Amino acid sequence: MSAVSTTLVGDRKREAGIGESPPRPDGVPKVTGEFAFSSDLWHDRMLWGGTLRSPHPSARIRSVDIGPAMAMAGVYTVLTHADVPGAATYGLEHPDQPVLAADVVRYEGEPVAIVAADHPETARRALAAIVVDYEITEPLVDPSLAEAAPPIHPDGNLLRRIHLRHGDPAAADRNDLVVVEGTYEVGMQDQAFLGPESGLAVPAEDGGVELYVATQWLHVDRDQVAACLGLDPGLVRLTLAGVGGAFGAREDLSLHVHLCLLALHTGRPVKMVYGREESFHGHVHRHPAKLWYRHHADTDGTLVRVEARLLFDGGSYASSSGAVIANATCFAAGPYRVPSADVEGIVVRTNNPPCGAMRGFGAVQTCMAHEAQMDRLAGALGMDPIELRLHNALTPGDRLITGQVVTGTLPVAEVIRTCAGSPSAATRPDQPMSRPGGAGRTADATHVVRGEALAVGFKNLMFSEGFDDSSEARCELQDGVATITCACAEVGQGFVTLAQQIAREVLSVEEVVLAPVETATIGSAGSTSASRQTWMSGGAVQMACEEVRTTLLVRMAAEYDVPVDDLVLADGRVCSLSGSLDVDLTTATIEPVTADVVHRHAPTFPLDADGQGNAHVSFAVSAHRAIVDVDPDLGLVKVVELTTSQDVGRILNPTQALGQLEGGAAQGLGLAVMEEVQVVDGRIRNASFTDYLVPTALDMPPVRVAALIEQPEPGAPFGAKGIGEPPTISSTAAIVAAVRRATGLDLPRVPVRPADIALADAAPRGAR
Amino acid sequence: MGRQHGGVTVTIARTLNAACEALAADPEALVLAGGTDLMVEINRGGRTVDDVVVIDRVPELQGWHREGDMLRLGATLTYAEMADPAFASLVPALAQAARTVGSPQIRAAGTIGGNLATASPAGDTLPVLAALDAEVEIRSHQGHRTVPLDEFVIGVKANALAPGELIAAIRVPVLDGPQEFLKVGPRNAMVISVASMALVVDRVGRTVRVGLGSVAPVPLRAIEAEVMIAARLDWAGGRSPTIHDVERFAELVADATRPIDDHRGSADYRRRSIEVLARRALIRAFGEPTP
Ligand SMILES: Cc1cc2nc3c(=O)[nH]c(=O)nc-3n(C[C@H](O)[C@H](O)[C@H](O)COP(=O)(O)OP(=O)(O)OC[C@H]3O[C@@H](n4cnc5c(N)ncnc54)[C@H](O)[C@@H]3O)c2cc1C
Repeated sequence: MSAVSTTLVGDRKREAGIGESPPRPDGVPKVTGEFAFSSDLWHDRMLWGGTLRSPHPSARIRSVDIGPAMAMAGVYTVLTHADVPGAATYGLEHPDQPVLAADVVRYEGEPVAIVAADHPETARRALAAIVVDYEITEPLVDPSLAEAAPPIHPDGNLLRRIHLRHGDPAAADRNDLVVVEGTYEVGMQDQAFLGPESGLAVPAEDGGVELYVATQWLHVDRDQVAACLGLDPGLVRLTLAGVGGAFGAREDLSLHVHLCLLALHTGRPVKMVYGREESFHGHVHRHPAKLWYRHHADTDGTLVRVEARLLFDGGSYASSSGAVIANATCFAAGPYRVPSADVEGIVVRTNNPPCGAMRGFGAVQTCMAHEAQMDRLAGALGMDPIELRLHNALTPGDRLITGQVVTGTLPVAEVIRTCAGSPSAATRPDQPMSRPGGAGRTADATHVVRGEALAVGFKNLMFSEGFDDSSEARCELQDGVATITCACAEVGQGFVTLAQQIAREVLSVEEVVLAPVETATIGSAGSTSASRQTWMSGGAVQMACEEVRTTLLVRMAAEYDVPVDDLVLADGRVCSLSGSLDVDLTTATIEPVTADVVHRHAPTFPLDADGQGNAHVSFAVSAHRAIVDVDPDLGLVKVVELTTSQDVGRILNPTQALGQLEGGAAQGLGLAVMEEVQVVDGRIRNASFTDYLVPTALDMPPVRVAALIEQPEPGAPFGAKGIGEPPTISSTAAIVAAVRRATGLDLPRVPVRPADIALADAAPRGAR
Repeated sequence: MGRQHGGVTVTIARTLNAACEALAADPEALVLAGGTDLMVEINRGGRTVDDVVVIDRVPELQGWHREGDMLRLGATLTYAEMADPAFASLVPALAQAARTVGSPQIRAAGTIGGNLATASPAGDTLPVLAALDAEVEIRSHQGHRTVPLDEFVIGVKANALAPGELIAAIRVPVLDGPQEFLKVGPRNAMVISVASMALVVDRVGRTVRVGLGSVAPVPLRAIEAEVMIAARLDWAGGRSPTIHDVERFAELVADATRPIDDHRGSADYRRRSIEVLARRALIRAFGEPTP
């Protein structure tokens, strides 16, 4: 099998090729409001679907009476678990989540019944007419009690435990070490995409179903939907509908099976769109976590041993919890050389909302904790926190705490140095609006204290632990136009731009057409997650285009009887170096040339019983420096400046790279100071954008890029690493550290709430 | 006169009389001004749509003008209009409160009448109107009546309007003296207030008036604090209050609150915030305290 090429084809820049920032094909339609999102789908004779959800986090279902709803005019069907013809449950890792609840409900918002009606309002009234008799049971809401509690699911309450043991367990059995200990907490963050879950299912003549849906991974959806419908996967055909953001929340199924069931039962197209409140109950969130750490270091700052206990609340169903806790555990110590480690990562089942994938995927929670520990350690050592980090920075050739040797690039020290060394442009604001409290005009200059801190984070790129991770792409070159077919879900990241850039770069074409993204025409591209699509699907496109180029040159060489080595593809022409041949690409490709490739990254391996193994392909590191102003009396925070450096391998599109760095940092800022799904007794108290706050323009400072470290990564197309997740990882940790610096408080929890600062003096010392 | 929309009659009133007549004909009809509260309610399923009377095109309800020592604010005066410098110079606290509301889109559509009729404990103009002793002019087919603010807002999202009535205008005084509005929320813009405070000074009447938001079911006044500080201020000489007076004032203002714990903030935090705001507002109005 051929491999991706980590270098550019020539040394000359190609128009709108790699390294350029051509306009996004979907950019103008999105800005002008003409882009069709999945909620804009429409079909003749279409019905509207709706979902009845459990109002209780934990209950037994005694009975469901659909009679009154069925009797309503305009209601076409009402379905319950009894109507699911195939597998009753589904799931990304373990099929443990019911399509529709049968005898128990395990979280507030769990789907119990679905309806199809002639109008959304009819559907709403029909849902209200369904009578469910619940026997309410005590919800299990404290993750620390989950393992000992009676199982709330036949599969038990422990979703996964990893006990990672690395190096000499007695390494810290000395009394000349500096030891710091801390307990940290991360609240439940939501992906907060703007486009709610929505889709349209159309029954097909062959007994199958076409599903148009906003998702991150068409093929894994298809397989789960087909299993639940009891259909051959070939009869379930998914097409990507316009995605209004994803960030992990669209990796699990939501309304997919429901829509198909309704369409197949009624014989009519059925559309469903979640409302905002429903959306908060309709997708997984970032795992809330409690993290205990103990760091041991030599007096010169050299890390000797790290111990940690990580408890993640998975909520009621498994989703991708197993992979999330693996990441949290593997990257628990941060991008530092740690010769001895004992990390126990546990993720449990509770009656809280289900948690799963979100940008940063387990590394966000641990980064906040390991960076707080590094600052504490620097304090205990009397050492500069940046010096401490540089002193312990991982470099290629070092081992991770999983025992894996870093074989690719990993410029940890470069990232830290450039970020810390970048001059700040922060000034003192002269307007109350620019101080903490913003438009509320609460702070005068004398009320504000400033803090500055730096944090570093890293994580794996692509899927790990032996997962067979692949992407397929097809390139057809005809009449000088390249058509790319790939099932990579465009969720906003810009693959549509990149695929065109890659094709232009390799084939020297101008026009690149992207075929519809669907399951019927091509195999899986894998998920748009794990910072993997540029590498995986970008790599597949690159390989397909290169194969087309080779095939074309071989064909031309044979046709014109010239040595193939003499031929080049440049400026839209096939030319021979000797000058004997010069044919434009349109003429050369009247007969199409096609290539179809499946791209796999280098294999990974499972973790062993001690959490050791070559489980990951590649890593990326980033640093953020945050400067914050805090009003300690009111506990309000204004992030004044965010500076970042990131390990990117190679920049393929500077504008899109900046977009990832800015967006990721905004999401990290949100987790640091405001974003939290508040869950009390298993119930979400703020399922709206009125009360689930995301940063506004007054909260988010411009992101200053200190450096993009370009060290081409072996095995990556053009040497480019994934860049989507790191900005979310180190930004949260840097901001909370800066708030600690400004206030002198421990602040072991994110998001930092105003009362955590303002009422800190009221809390007894030990309780902080 | 109304237009049918899927079983709902929508009347777009062009005169105040027409609006009152439409409400008389159907006293259950919903009044729609900017729609920034009402449409959210309806979309959330919290309100079934009855007939609607749209009032944003009624000239008598628009804009503001001066009537002697008073300003008459039309019910559909928007937040964006309140930011007008001419308006801000007459009632600065109201302009400051308007600037804290929502986003530019909300400020362009949302109205003072809608804020008052919604009567949310977190409504941002309410503490200012309370501090100003505003009067609410209510109209109906039968005539009009005027109600003081503290009799208009009668509970959480409850007002004194009878069926068929609407708010025509709000009257506030033009005062000689500094004014301040401060609002605490966990985001730097577009946030529902966790605690807010308006302070208005009447140099002629020698009063200081404090309105408090989000710390009780209705907007509050801090009468004890007001009386105390008015008695301590050096009205003639203009010397700033002492540290002791500022602290006492802040304490009394905080004592006036009756906050609750909810998902936006705890009662303790709200009380503490009001104490901080009171201190800061007083110092902004009268200068750094003397020892
Ligand atoms: C994103 C967003 C942010 C917001 N931020 C804030 C904020 O920061 N601070 C704040 O205080 N509010 C905020 N709001 C709430 C809202 O914008 C204000 O309360 C606004 O003043 C409502 O005015 P309106 O004209 O839009 O009212 P509408 O929605 O038209 O009406 C609201 C209610 O008042 C009634 N009504 C309106 N006018 C009259 C009248 N003249 N006579 C009798 N009844 C009447 C209506 O029948 C309805 O019940 C926000 C809303 C949104 C959607």
